[in-house]
Amino acid sequence: MGSNSSNMNHIPDGQQLLQDTGFSAAQIIRLYERFEFLDKDNTGHLRPEDLETVPDLDMNPIGARIIGAFFPPGKETLDFGSFVRILAHFLPADSNRTRAGAQQEPANSTTGKLRFAFQLYDQDRDGKISRDELLQVLRSMLGLQVTEEQLQCIAERAIQEADADKDDAISFDEFRKSLEKVDIDHKMSIRFLR
Amino acid sequence: MAAVWTFSLLLSPCLLWPSCLALTPPAELPQPHNLPPLLGINSSDGSLSVDLPRALRVFSMDYHHVQAPFEIVLWIMLASLAKLGFHWSGRVPAVVPESCLLIMVGLLVGGVIYGVRHSAPPTLSADAFFLFLLPPIVLDAGYFLPGRLFFENLGTILWYAVLGTLWNVLGIGLSLYGVCLLAQSSLGDVSLLHCLLFGSLIAAVDPVAVLSVFQEMHVNEQLHILVFGESLLNDAVTVVLYKLFESFLRLPSVSGLDVLLGGCRVVVVGLGGLFVGLFFGLVAALTSRFTSRAQVIAPLFVFLYSYLSYLTSEMLHLSGIMAIVTCAVTMKQYVEANVSERSNTSIQYFLKMWSSVSETLIFIFLGVSTIQDVHMWSWPFVCSTLLLCLIWRATGVLLLTAVVNKLRRNAVTFRDQFIIAYGGLRGAICFSLVFLIDDFPKKRLFITTTIVVILFTVFVQGMTIKPLVELLDVKRKKRALPTVSEEIHSRLIDHLLAGIEDVVGYWGQHYWKDKFEQFNRKYLRRFLIREDHQARSSILRVYQELERREQGGDVEAPQPLVDPRSHSRPLLPEEMDSIRRILSRNLQNFNNKQTPAYSRHTLHQDATMDRTRKPLHRHHSLGERYTYNTITHWPQGEAGEFNGSRRVRAGLSRSHIGKVMDNSRHRNIQETPIRQKMDVSLRFQLQT
Repeated sequence: MGSNSSNMNHIPDGQQLLQDTGFSAAQIIRLYERFEFLDKDNTGHLRPEDLETVPDLDMNPIGARIIGAFFPPGKETLDFGSFVRILAHFLPADSNRTRAGAQQEPANSTTGKLRFAFQLYDQDRDGKISRDELLQVLRSMLGLQVTEEQLQCIAERAIQEADADKDDAISFDEFRKSLEKVDIDHKMSIRFLR
Repeated sequence: MAAVWTFSLLLSPCLLWPSCLALTPPAELPQPHNLPPLLGINSSDGSLSVDLPRALRVFSMDYHHVQAPFEIVLWIMLASLAKLGFHWSGRVPAVVPESCLLIMVGLLVGGVIYGVRHSAPPTLSADAFFLFLLPPIVLDAGYFLPGRLFFENLGTILWYAVLGTLWNVLGIGLSLYGVCLLAQSSLGDVSLLHCLLFGSLIAAVDPVAVLSVFQEMHVNEQLHILVFGESLLNDAVTVVLYKLFESFLRLPSVSGLDVLLGGCRVVVVGLGGLFVGLFFGLVAALTSRFTSRAQVIAPLFVFLYSYLSYLTSEMLHLSGIMAIVTCAVTMKQYVEANVSERSNTSIQYFLKMWSSVSETLIFIFLGVSTIQDVHMWSWPFVCSTLLLCLIWRATGVLLLTAVVNKLRRNAVTFRDQFIIAYGGLRGAICFSLVFLIDDFPKKRLFITTTIVVILFTVFVQGMTIKPLVELLDVKRKKRALPTVSEEIHSRLIDHLLAGIEDVVGYWGQHYWKDKFEQFNRKYLRRFLIREDHQARSSILRVYQELERREQGGDVEAPQPLVDPRSHSRPLLPEEMDSIRRILSRNLQNFNNKQTPAYSRHTLHQDATMDRTRKPLHRHHSLGERYTYNTITHWPQGEAGEFNGSRRVRAGLSRSHIGKVMDNSRHRNIQETPIRQKMDVSLRFQLQT
């Protein structure tokens, strides 16, 4: 690892990223190559259009939301550091190599991963998944094959099952509870190639 | 329906006249005439004629002249009428799979022929099967293969096909040898190599039989492609192993070197077939580029080149099945782009027609060929074969799945594993292969056993798989089922991960897929697709893009038809059931496209084709209100789930589009008339 960090000199924030996220130096270099490939006009920043050119993302039912997750509200550009930090959510939890100084929970813990998924639903960032937000997601995943009434039924059922405090919305804790039987770490991890 | 059946039975006496013994190619010469032909008038032995003065014969019949084609047509007619009768018979298809019924018809016909003629009815010759009946089926399978799903699951498919088949072959072969050793008295002369040979042909899971049973079952896309892909690829493995063991049998002795060479041969055969198919596929694509002036014969090239690839690889002793499937997969996208709409439809219809007829003929002949003189029965051999087939397949699937689930994100569930294992039906390939064995004392035993295994799997397994799966579903419900929220959230996470993998790009298969797409776009498409059609395809892509945005951006749903508060009551069990059914069927469809499972019998309009055609109609009427004709958009199978609310909801107007564009905050495109939007999209589409 030590010999590789010399190659990282041209990567902005390279050393900082090594410390903050759990990526190895080789992985960061490959991610940088990918970043440069996506950044067609070489500005050092990604815009939403650059991510939209990724093939197959347009066939993904929640493709637009995924792109939105990379660009928090208000920001229209994405630099390499933010790119890597977002992708760090998908590291397997056992490769957690954050050094001393990581105050908050690492991004790739189960809670971090679940929070990322939660934010895909919760577009208005109010901390709850409202019925409408759930319906929107359902519609994009199922919408062309199922009628509107059936969608309403399904959304209704999902909220009934999860909503413990009867506020007709799903909070983060309720979300986490409904997924307690699922092995999140296995399901939400990508094996990044070295 | 009764009329159809009686008609079919009436046909069978027609088969009494000929004394043919095998189904031969039409090139057979008619029987030699004993009398020299009279001037201009055909006459031969066995011709009926009215006894008139010798100069003129008003009425005469000359059967031998048309014998061969007449019989072939009669068989095909019988097969097609049986198929028609089957589809008209109402409730029966739900319980009995079509393959069973066809075999029963064949048994009936065979019995009638035997009863009348007191000799064996015509059997299916292996040559006719491999050269004429099998290629259309495999070509059809390859042409309609869902490419993306297949390549995404290719690793798992190869795992099951290659390793699974090897496991089955060796397992069954060795265990049977053990059985033969135990029953020394009756089975003593069956050697190890014979057992291995038998194992290799009986382990072949038949795509024809499997697919015909799957029609009636609800399988999600992933399971479908696994079983389908496995049955296609394991044909290649099986035939190779069979030929290998056969050639070993002919050698005086088998050394270690021979085994090693055999292994190399397997690889060569598989890859060789692949390359032959690739070559012919590319040549076919290139030829289709120039067919604009003679559009009527364009479909012919597709069939000719595919068949040629099959025959060439058979000639070189390579895998014909791999060749024809590769050829079809390769040429499909280029041919579809090059050739006119009508020719595309013709190609698809002909493929469906031929493969349907082939399949029906195969099953009927299986039935007919069962009635023979050549049976030799042995209780231990037959029973142990049946048992061993089931056991080895089940253990193979369980073991392989345990390993492969660690590497897949979407695990193959126990229900899927049961379907894969129990749905391993044997069919006509085993049957033909067993006839090809060089003669040895126990050959008749092998033939009988093969027939018994085929009949058992098709009838017993084919008929019981659906009830058993339903029983399994019921049992599963008694334990803790995933809640609706869990299913929805899990699916969302799956889509999320797929998207992130796409973004990251270099994870495994995406790397190769990207590379291939670049290569395809830069070189292959330019070379193989007609000039003017290249531009058309990119404009169509833009229309599709706009279309998709409109659909995806339909965020402003109309007011829900019922006030949601009124729904806060516990749902009835049958509503829960229907919800679960909807979720399980639709959440597993990866592409969210309405592509129904591959069907042998009907030609579902490909949703992408519809999607390309519709925008061309719609965007002609700029500034006008138009309605989405949703009923014709999606295939008939799902039409029942649509109702009026969909049409109301989907009726987009021009003004709506402007609003929709506003909602998506990630797009910098301001509300512009549609032409400007198109320009922007065109620009960045053509740049990539």
